[in-house]
Amino acid sequence: MSKRIQVDITVPNQTKYLGVIGRIGESVVYSLKGYQGNRRELAYHLNLVLTEALANAICHANSCDPDKDVRVLISASDKDLTIKVFDQGQGFDIEALSKHKARTKDEGGRGIQIIFKLMDRVHYTREENRNVLEMTKYLH
Amino acid sequence: MQIKLTEQGDIVNISVEEERMDAHNSGDLKERMLQLFDEGKCNLIIDLSSVRFIDSSGLGALVSGFKNASAREGNLKLCCLQPQVRSMFELTRLHRVFEIYADLDEALNSF
Repeated sequence: MSKRIQVDITVPNQTKYLGVIGRIGESVVYSLKGYQGNRRELAYHLNLVLTEALANAICHANSCDPDKDVRVLISASDKDLTIKVFDQGQGFDIEALSKHKARTKDEGGRGIQIIFKLMDRVHYTREENRNVLEMTKYLH
Repeated sequence: MQIKLTEQGDIVNISVEEERMDAHNSGDLKERMLQLFDEGKCNLIIDLSSVRFIDSSGLGALVSGFKNASAREGNLKLCCLQPQVRSMFELTRLHRVFEIYADLDEALNSF
């Protein structure tokens, strides 16, 4: 089935763009036709997942290098919603991070955990000379 | 980050006047709290009534403040959480760490 919505954005490698991208994600959720679930909750979760993935790409994968950029691709169909975040860094071991259990009082280490909790499928691979964090949410 | 400080006795109320607490601005709150700890002010209430969105960095800044306050025999308590912000504390189980109050008066009276 062809995707109904596709948003492709590239932003400079700076955290000031987190809010912009998060709000675009929320708008995509509110424009979904026929979604029967809790739209407000899904919009918030998408904002959060985009914020976590983008912050990870900017601050960790791309080492806060202002000369780099981050590309975000959001696509949605009746069945699922997929986010791809591309970075230009050295990559990281997402399997190890997903298995790491942050202790309750740890200051960090929750970002990837939150992504795994809120999304149904998460992959981190290499594509066209960039790393891509691909996260899918099933809509039914 | 826009922050408003109000002191009542030895308690400092920090009102976060932002819609979002994320990796872009949470470091500011963390630094401000460290300044207060250096001044010997270790009993803090963080008023989150304006905050609609919080990410792992925002939560991390609050955990940092909580740990630093506790290490100095003070306390850091939260009040006025919007429902979606509250849900983030439940998702990460941090609602078991922080004392969370419905309003500022309740938080003040708890010290």
